[in-house]
Amino acid sequence: MKAKHQRMTLVVLALIAIIGAGLIATWALRNQANYFYLPEQMAAEPPAVGQAVRLGGMVQQGSIETQADGVTVNFVVTGNENSTVPVTYSGILPDLFVEGSGVVAEGHLQADGTFLATNLLAKHDENYVPRELEGMEGHKDNSDYIETVAGNP
Amino acid sequence: MHIYANPKRFLTLAKWLTPLLFWSGLVLSLGAVAWGVFMVPPDQLMGDSVRILFIHVPAAWLGMGGWGGLALSSAALLIWKHPLAGVAARAIAVPGMVFCAICLATGSIWGRPTWGTWWEWDGRLTSMLVLLFLYGGYIALSQASAREGSSYKIPAIFGLVGAINVPIINRSVVWWNSLHQPPSLTAGKSAIDATFLWPLLAAVLGFSLLFGGLVLMRMRALIAEQQVEARLRRRALDDDVPVGAGLAEGA
Repeated sequence: MKAKHQRMTLVVLALIAIIGAGLIATWALRNQANYFYLPEQMAAEPPAVGQAVRLGGMVQQGSIETQADGVTVNFVVTGNENSTVPVTYSGILPDLFVEGSGVVAEGHLQADGTFLATNLLAKHDENYVPRELEGMEGHKDNSDYIETVAGNP
Repeated sequence: MHIYANPKRFLTLAKWLTPLLFWSGLVLSLGAVAWGVFMVPPDQLMGDSVRILFIHVPAAWLGMGGWGGLALSSAALLIWKHPLAGVAARAIAVPGMVFCAICLATGSIWGRPTWGTWWEWDGRLTSMLVLLFLYGGYIALSQASAREGSSYKIPAIFGLVGAINVPIINRSVVWWNSLHQPPSLTAGKSAIDATFLWPLLAAVLGFSLLFGGLVLMRMRALIAEQQVEARLRRRALDDDVPVGAGLAEGA
């Protein structure tokens, strides 16, 4: 075996070891590195009442209700399954916060099962559709776009 | 296979390839960005902030692709011990880091109106920031090893080990729940409307050509630097040796 081939074997073996180590590390991280909980994940392993967590998912159609004070909103977050979490938030809403789109709420679970958010982030999905073309003739049908999912449990 | 691994042949090739890549890349990327900034309609949700996509996406691709090239060059340097591979890796590092920083900065500017935050520690953003730090570490290591004359193997091994971060960045939005959206372009499928997709692809191609031109430019500069050093050293050692027997002829 030539020295060159020896070095090549060594580099390839080292690469395999590095990739293996990386995959094992990310696999171990897969639950800890989640940016937010989906409603079904929150239902399966509920965080302690008052513990600071993030809840992410889609804003359910028709669920946004503005309270009488004008700054408090109630809405329902859905995930990929049937479980839902009701959320209360008072403050300025992000521009992209609309029904049927993604949202990440920072806050904590209350004793009555509702989620009190201290901060709201709008989550953009992977679809990019020009405003003028939306719903126009000859435009790509919406079904061509990837169906947005709230997360990857 | 090793025809162009010879520095002299490489320099002859690079001499006409550098301006070709640089100018065509500059014209194409400026054109594509102008197309994206002035001509495409606003996005249905994001409005005008969608235009930052035409800089953010090519910069992200080159930040990650740059490390891919750096890792391949590092592997070639370790296996074939060819100095040109080391020059290539060093030449890629700085433009790669710049594009990585552009990606982070434009993403942050886009995130403020879209998500409502400049920065969040989600999987995609964090792993991209780690890539920026890896570039910084590689540049420091490779400069130290070039100046102090220590082993060329240390930065090369660092380049290989750092490559593990590239697939992690790519998969971060699939493996973990993240604030950043999942990939829009997957094998054969596009969630980006053609109105946005064409200028985006043009920008990616243009930025890539420009990147290639910059890397060749830096490779030529690094080789010239080495030749000057070799010549000075030779002159200092022995005045009888005729000047002009540089590295290109010697290697």
